[in-house]
Amino acid sequence: MNLQAIRAIYTYEMNRTRRTIGQSIVSPVLSTSLYFVVFGSAIGSRMSEVGGVPYGAFIVPGLMMLTLLTQSISNAAFAIYFPRFTGTIYELLSAPVSPFEIVAGYVGAAATKSVLLGLIILATAALFVPMEVRHPFWMLTFLVLTAVTFSLFGFIIGIWADGFERLQLIPMLVITPLTFLGGTFYSLEMLPPVWRTITLFNPVVYLVAGFRWSFFGTSDVRVEVSAAMTLAFLIACLLIVRWMFRTGYRLKS
Amino acid sequence: MPNVITVSGLSKTYATGHTALNNVSLDIRRGEIFALLGPNGAGKTTLISIVCGLVKPTAGTVTVSGFDIVSQYRETRSRIGLVPQELTAEAFESVFATVSFSRGLFGKKPDPAYVEKVIRSLSLWEKRDSRIMTLSGGMKRRVLIAKALAHEPEVLFLDEPSAGVDVELRRDMWRLVRELRDSGVTIILTTHYLEEAEEMADRVGVINRGELILVEEKAALMKTLGKKKLSVELSAPLATIPARLAPFNLTLSDGGGCLTYTYATTPDGAEGRDHGIADVLEALAAEGIAFRDLHTQQSSLEDIFVSLVRRS
Repeated sequence: MNLQAIRAIYTYEMNRTRRTIGQSIVSPVLSTSLYFVVFGSAIGSRMSEVGGVPYGAFIVPGLMMLTLLTQSISNAAFAIYFPRFTGTIYELLSAPVSPFEIVAGYVGAAATKSVLLGLIILATAALFVPMEVRHPFWMLTFLVLTAVTFSLFGFIIGIWADGFERLQLIPMLVITPLTFLGGTFYSLEMLPPVWRTITLFNPVVYLVAGFRWSFFGTSDVRVEVSAAMTLAFLIACLLIVRWMFRTGYRLKS
Repeated sequence: MPNVITVSGLSKTYATGHTALNNVSLDIRRGEIFALLGPNGAGKTTLISIVCGLVKPTAGTVTVSGFDIVSQYRETRSRIGLVPQELTAEAFESVFATVSFSRGLFGKKPDPAYVEKVIRSLSLWEKRDSRIMTLSGGMKRRVLIAKALAHEPEVLFLDEPSAGVDVELRRDMWRLVRELRDSGVTIILTTHYLEEAEEMADRVGVINRGELILVEEKAALMKTLGKKKLSVELSAPLATIPARLAPFNLTLSDGGGCLTYTYATTPDGAEGRDHGIADVLEALAAEGIAFRDLHTQQSSLEDIFVSLVRRS
């Protein structure tokens, strides 16, 4: 195991985050806070409680998930796409590193950043509404698992993409809509029965629901199902990454 | 000298159907400077890329210090440093950070003192905190060399090191390459600046259309294939070459004002029927042909190369 390489990649990526702190930390925290202020405080104060939880607090886990998903994907995708674009990937491919070490470095850094962002957003939210976390251990577990899973997904997109446009395609056209429709701002019980069934095909629903359960102890779907769905998606991403490195897909001719 | 790299029956056909390498076999000796010469698209970069792990071979094997490049890639790659042809470096990183990153990536513990030594040896110390995007092309080339040396490799590949580099840096680089060789590093460079191979290399390989057409000691190559040329500027132009001078196969140029004699560099040279310069000059004197000046010229690697590539 080339631990030095994992460390080098991880440190490099974290330095990149520090260098671009405005774009990578401040901007997502600010935009999430705007959602929170508008939907949570302004509109939310006129809304009734959802399942015994004030609306302002109800949307916090969903907002954290929204940021976690989009930031994990874009950060990991950019991290591996940019060296491919500039050509500096030659060094990574000629280095004595295994695919696992490359993934550990890049995905580890992207996930770290997302978890940090999630915690900053939670702390910010706690300034506006009283927040309590019923199951802190499970909250952190869901946070980390989701961050890792979607960083892996972003890594896949970064290898697959052959232009900056494609890099944005999946996050913009698939992930953001699925997240908005995945119960970020509402409970599934608020939907008509038909839409409730359709919504259950949206994988993000399970992520948001499980995460929300760790905060409030109540959920739209069973928490075991949420955990299983998250793990299933993680395994699927791992298998795709393994296939990409085995075949040298878009990395080696 | 033992071999550090052994290439056997290496072929590469890209997905497009283009065959970049065709059954190439080559041994690189430990501690030598080996120049791989060839026109653009000959397969030089493909060969290097396979050894370094950037391209997957279609057939054949490569070993580095006895380790297979595919099944034992950690062993081989940690011994190799690669300076690519394109100037690709992390634009926003500082010089020191990027060289340190390379060292870690290749599995070495952080060693700021060693990184400093490498950066200083490339005259980059003043620029250690500069972002790479602010550096000139020549400076970027130095950064790439520093990155390739950061993990103390045994073998250094320089792909077209002189492309887009000014004369001063080229001289600097030659000096550095010699120092590295003296410290025991094996160096393989590709180039189409024949001057570079002539100046630097211990051995030369010529590659054309994916096939290695020749591998030879540079000195021996110059000797067997090198020709010398004697040009005699005459005081008065000649209309024809006198019969007595016929055996020398002279050519008359410059409106009859210049006689040229081509001969092998050794008395028993390629043609086996060469005469010494003295014989020519004697014959000229006997014919009463006066001359103003004369000079000799040795054929360069370039001439040899061009004739080889044309022949293949």
